[in-house]
Amino acid sequence: MMARNHSRSLISVADGLRELFSLAATAGSGGGAARRTPSQMPNAVDVLRRSHRLRPLETLPWLVAAAAFFLLPDYLALGAQILLAVLFALSLDLILGYAGIVSLGHAAFFGVGAYAAGLLAVHGWGEPLSGLVVAGIAAGLIGMLSGAVILRTRGLTLLMLTLMIAAMLQEAANKAGAITGGTDGLQGMQVSPVFGLFRFDVFGHTAYVYCLTVLFLGWLAARRIVHSPFGRGLIGIRESEERMRAIGSPVFRRRLVIYAISAALAGIAGGLMAQTTQFVALDALGFERSGTVLIMLILGGVGRLYGAFIGAPLYMILQDRFAQQDPVYWYFWIGLLLVLVVVFARGGVLGIGERLVRRRSRRS
Amino acid sequence: MKIMMASQTGLRAVAFAAGLVLPWAVTPAAAQTVKIGVILTYSGPSASLGDQIDKGLDLYVKEHQKNLPAGVKVELIKRDDTGPNPDVAKRLAQELITRDHVQFLAGVVWSPNAAAIAPLATEVKVPFVIMNAAGAGLTRASPYIVRVSFTLWQTSYPLGQWAARNGMKKIYTAVSDYAPGHDGEAAITKAFTDAGGQVVGAVRFPLKDQDFVPFLQRVKDAKPDALYVFVPSGKQAAAVMKAYADLGLKADGVKLLGPQDIVPDAELPGMGDEALGIISGGTYSAVSTRPQNQAYVAAWKREYGAQSIPDFMSVGGWDGMAAIFSVIKASNGQPDPDKAMALLRGWANPDSPRGPILIDANTRDIVENVYIRRVEKVGEGLGNVEFDTIAQVKDPWKEFNPAK
Repeated sequence: MMARNHSRSLISVADGLRELFSLAATAGSGGGAARRTPSQMPNAVDVLRRSHRLRPLETLPWLVAAAAFFLLPDYLALGAQILLAVLFALSLDLILGYAGIVSLGHAAFFGVGAYAAGLLAVHGWGEPLSGLVVAGIAAGLIGMLSGAVILRTRGLTLLMLTLMIAAMLQEAANKAGAITGGTDGLQGMQVSPVFGLFRFDVFGHTAYVYCLTVLFLGWLAARRIVHSPFGRGLIGIRESEERMRAIGSPVFRRRLVIYAISAALAGIAGGLMAQTTQFVALDALGFERSGTVLIMLILGGVGRLYGAFIGAPLYMILQDRFAQQDPVYWYFWIGLLLVLVVVFARGGVLGIGERLVRRRSRRS
Repeated sequence: MKIMMASQTGLRAVAFAAGLVLPWAVTPAAAQTVKIGVILTYSGPSASLGDQIDKGLDLYVKEHQKNLPAGVKVELIKRDDTGPNPDVAKRLAQELITRDHVQFLAGVVWSPNAAAIAPLATEVKVPFVIMNAAGAGLTRASPYIVRVSFTLWQTSYPLGQWAARNGMKKIYTAVSDYAPGHDGEAAITKAFTDAGGQVVGAVRFPLKDQDFVPFLQRVKDAKPDALYVFVPSGKQAAAVMKAYADLGLKADGVKLLGPQDIVPDAELPGMGDEALGIISGGTYSAVSTRPQNQAYVAAWKREYGAQSIPDFMSVGGWDGMAAIFSVIKASNGQPDPDKAMALLRGWANPDSPRGPILIDANTRDIVENVYIRRVEKVGEGLGNVEFDTIAQVKDPWKEFNPAK
């Protein structure tokens, strides 16, 4: 029985990898899949094409981020951390918002990425870009392996299992003190300058631009995924798994693939954290981080791709402001805000925006 | 109707935004002010640790501000690192340096947070006064670090020697399974075995475990003379003591030993009579009868109320601020980082509430008395009563692991 389960998991991992490659192939062919679709279904193709087109509003986060670099030079260290938090929240949105997988342990992948990049830098491989790639691959692999087991469950069970995976990894990192430094943290990271030119400076100039660039690439990938047929399939699974199964959609495999992709993105965010902080400790895998990223996403709005871009900055800027005014009780204000959002603004800040737009269009 | 509703929402949004912005729109004007960035844990489950240090350093500033050279002021800029979160701590330090231009960094409860800040202190040359973080190797992370707290080696090693000198032959160690626990275990084991004693067993508790009975049952079977315990908080320590008493270890005459972390003065009232008889190695006790300490406790109670009790964390804040003040005075309010470090290496304070202290000129770590104390009834409550002193202890870990 054990052995059978085991081989099933292995097969599903292989299946997942195959799906991943075919996804990469369609992405590479620039929407070729859409063109090949029979012409008797112009509607679906149109929908896909339309959603794919870049709307002017989508450039707004990038304009703001670029402006912040020049207008707020004193806040770049915070800015870099916000940008990597956006990437982390974006990775969670892929599974929570699009595939309906609720996770309380997403820091597992963030932490794996952070430790992967950190360990490389400690052992003499300080080149940051390749470090990020390794961080993403390591976290993606852990995501695929753990997903192959836990994604067979649903609802509360799945929630608890995500929590457990993160807790197990954290305890493993604590026990493996000889490798990870345990509670003292991983010390002695030497991160080389980006491209051998841009040193990570105390003002955070390099860190900011570096994080912004990586976030941009991550956003391109995420946007591509959610607007692809695969992404539509995920939404179908979120809305009604039974129906998707009935029309022959490989539900488990799709959930697994998006889980692994999300894990890889989270790992890259973790790698960014390790490289810009030049330090990794157990909190990278901690429950608090998993919880915070969930709060950020809920604040911004789930399943809208841009929830992360609003929630993470909002949370972190408010925390920074509140905590400077009142280092002791700032959590109260964050909590109050969250209660207000959950009670009065379902769908987060983006949900409010959507409702306002809808109201205006109804009036006109 | 609709328009009214919309404008109402708009108004509310404006009011909300204004409420957010206004409180910090006012910035104080600076005369000749020395800025000190304080990074502590002010929120979350460990806020009580930051609170003790914060109260200690505030009290020092309040009592001694008048002794500063004329026209010189200190400004404390406090930031909350929310717990053992090195990325947050490092970012806060970065901002304190680049945005607030602080001349000193101080505080820090957690070792990983201090380790993350250390390279910054080196890069921009800011003296960094560690008021708690106890990882033994920390002071080597930057030449701009000075530590005024203690290490677990510093409290547990003399305790092991004392136990061996006082007729104990066999001990059992039980520590929480993380770095400080490992430090404590290694320190007592080395001290005790080097002095001819025997460690008959060692157990490590999972960090967040609250049920110690199964672990301590093994201790009972091994019949040691003493049990050495390190757990991170007073609450867990209370649970250990309960298990220790319930299993009859206390009745069997097994002594309970530990570093001061398991019997913080501030938490003794909550532990109850089960704590009676615990012997600990520590650097500070609130019930010590040194006149400097009596003055300190009196000032503390005046400021924070008769119910509030200072513990060993608080004197870290107090003494750290004393060190910074001595530099400010010597430099007439214009401290230069390298001169400040020269002053801090070898800085001594004979009048600390915990007895005479000294910063070792080579290691930049504190040299201080370690007291052997027993929990006894003092007045209406409990206190760690000092009954033996090991004078001027240097961090033993550094002696055994010399810098390369």
